[in-house]
Amino acid sequence: MKRIITMTVLNRPGVLNRITNLFSKRNYNIESISVGLTEQEGVSRITCVVHVENDGMVEQITKQLNKQIDVLKVADISDQAIVARELILMKVPVLPHNRAEIYSIIEPFRASVIDVSKDSIIIQLTGETEKIEAFIDLIKPYGIRELARTGTTAFPRGNQRTGQQKSFSFV
Amino acid sequence: MEAALKETKANTSEVTGADLLISALEKENVEVIFGYPGGAVLPIYDKLYDSKILHVLPRHEQGGIHAAEGYARISGKPGVVIATSGPGATNIITGIADAMMDSLPLVVFTGQVATGVIGTDAFQEADILGITTPITKYNYQIRDIKDIPRIIKEAFYIATSGRPGPVVIDFPKDLAAGVSAEPVEEEIYLPGYQPTTEPNFLQVRKLSEAVSRAKRPVILAGAGILHAKASSVLKEFAEQQNLHVVHTLLGLGGFPANHELFLGMAGMHGCYAANMALYNCDLLINIGARFDDRLTGNLKHFAPKATVAHIDIDPAEIGKNVPTQIPVVGDAGEALRQLLRVGASPPQQEEWKETLAAWKKDFPYHYENSEVLKPQKVMELLYEKTAGEAIVVTDVGQHQMWAAQYYQLQQADRWVTSGGLGTMGFGLPASIGAQLADPTACVVAVLGDGGFQMSTQELAVIAEFKLPIKIAILNNKALGMVRQWQEIFYKERYSHSKNPVQPSFVKLAEAYGIRGFEINSEAEAHLVLNEVLHDKEPVLLDFRVDGAENVYPMIAPGKGIHEMVGVKK
Ligand SMILES: Cc1ncc(C[n+]2csc(CCOP(=O)(O)OP(=O)(O)O)c2C)c(N)n1
Repeated sequence: MKRIITMTVLNRPGVLNRITNLFSKRNYNIESISVGLTEQEGVSRITCVVHVENDGMVEQITKQLNKQIDVLKVADISDQAIVARELILMKVPVLPHNRAEIYSIIEPFRASVIDVSKDSIIIQLTGETEKIEAFIDLIKPYGIRELARTGTTAFPRGNQRTGQQKSFSFV
Repeated sequence: MEAALKETKANTSEVTGADLLISALEKENVEVIFGYPGGAVLPIYDKLYDSKILHVLPRHEQGGIHAAEGYARISGKPGVVIATSGPGATNIITGIADAMMDSLPLVVFTGQVATGVIGTDAFQEADILGITTPITKYNYQIRDIKDIPRIIKEAFYIATSGRPGPVVIDFPKDLAAGVSAEPVEEEIYLPGYQPTTEPNFLQVRKLSEAVSRAKRPVILAGAGILHAKASSVLKEFAEQQNLHVVHTLLGLGGFPANHELFLGMAGMHGCYAANMALYNCDLLINIGARFDDRLTGNLKHFAPKATVAHIDIDPAEIGKNVPTQIPVVGDAGEALRQLLRVGASPPQQEEWKETLAAWKKDFPYHYENSEVLKPQKVMELLYEKTAGEAIVVTDVGQHQMWAAQYYQLQQADRWVTSGGLGTMGFGLPASIGAQLADPTACVVAVLGDGGFQMSTQELAVIAEFKLPIKIAILNNKALGMVRQWQEIFYKERYSHSKNPVQPSFVKLAEAYGIRGFEINSEAEAHLVLNEVLHDKEPVLLDFRVDGAENVYPMIAPGKGIHEMVGVKK
């Protein structure tokens, strides 16, 4: 199963290396990892999406991460109400005969075309993984020339409604 | 010209990075440094020339770091190591990994090429930060001279607090030679590091209730007992609750071996009573052990009927290998003191006690004595003739297991062995560190002929410092443990493990000015040991032991802890 783990870390040299090293050393299966600065100076946020076989494994992962000297806080937020987003850039070839078709897919997904050339466009899309994957599946038949995904970054929502499992937002 | 001269003069009176390093070490009360010089650490060595801290020059950096490990294990203080960049630093990798596995506090300085050329594959450059990341508790590269005092203070704190471990500080040459433009920083800043030492009382009470209810309880005590300096409170608790104690290999000495509640060492070569206790117990109280596979055997058969309680300062160890119903995160000593204070009613376990007593009496370690000198006999003699009071340091192999089985340790912190990594070549240098940590102790280094030859060069250090170490080689003219596995699991196909060419160990010792004896029989062993054990001089004892002897009992790989072979009938 897929779990989303977020953590804040002290932005010291080598911290990212320590985290990624831990994943390979302990043989954890990691799908994506995204890193960036936060509102606090010297503190970064890392969001990892991992695949685990059981709850015990995700507990081990969070404990091992927590043990790292530079890690300030770790949480497995998969079971909370969260907002999770990923951004992708995608270069797709467009020919006069399929241009309209491709644009008709872009629109309902609220993706934007951020670069246009003679025979291709670059599409930018943000959203939850499910939406991203659905979009990729739809565009695939047109031939995706290049694809770049940032990996998921996520927050728990301000309001944690108890009992509510997954909140899925399309936008 | 004159101005330039003046300038250099002025500079020499300023505080350099190397000065900051030395004064930080003095502040930490470092008594001894195990180090080896080289280009990148020359600015540091120039300052060491005037320092009062004892510097021990091993004859190979690996020997230096193992000596630091032995020192740390016996003194309870962090071992300090210096190696130069590149090959000096890569030579200590095994020791860093060893210390990480066995939770030994080390502060290791590696030289690094100057900051301006880092990343250019400069002469003697190696990415030590990258290489050591997975085998250190933490590591640093100094980037600014003003950080030096803070980083060193943090390193000592991290190495020695919580679950101890090695910390590496990579030190570029120009920063050791340079002078800080800004005021230095000394304040520790580690907001993400707060080891839990005080256990949660609710968990302790839960454990205490489980003890009262248990019918077949047992304590498994690991090296956490030693790191927490909790051996006396362990004894108090075991006596208060009438609980039997089993040790891991690394925990030995935490509970006195002659105590009636002691069952022995458990694990692959553990004794019958200890392993059967773990197999049959209904409450397993793990204190500071990490359920290593050499202890548990096949996890499917490990403590299958037990409620598992686990006291550990490292929360990540709890539940890692064995599902745990009662986790207690904290210092082992604190947890035991809380348990003592709760003082629950001891468990009703008459039947269990009888069973354990019978196992202990009927199935001790055993071997057949003979004309040919037996390695087990040597260990028994060493035990008797040192009254069980020696510091025993071992290498890795059969002799290590016989030392663990037959040397009945009565006190904590008298046992130095490479448990987690199983590093051959560890024993001889580690004994140097142990002797330096306790100069008046009788230190016995129990080695195999293979492992001894992995660090023979350190005899020079023993001679130089006249360390009265008793080097006992159980010489079976084989890589004995490998030979044993080939005999049992590989149809006696002794691939590269038997009768390697050997020098005369006695002459080798003599070449270093150390007395040596070759010992071929029990009678000779008596005579020589009586003569040399109480000398204040180093001595090398080449015990020519039976090369066909195997370590038993044994749990074959993949087997359960109850499936021992070679138990006395
Ligand atoms: C550095 C290293 N290399 C290889 C091994 C594998 N190994 C484990 S025990 C052993 C044999 C040790 O032989 P010896 O030192 O003579 O001791 P004995 O087993 O005969 O007592 C070997 C090769 C190891 N543990 N460490």
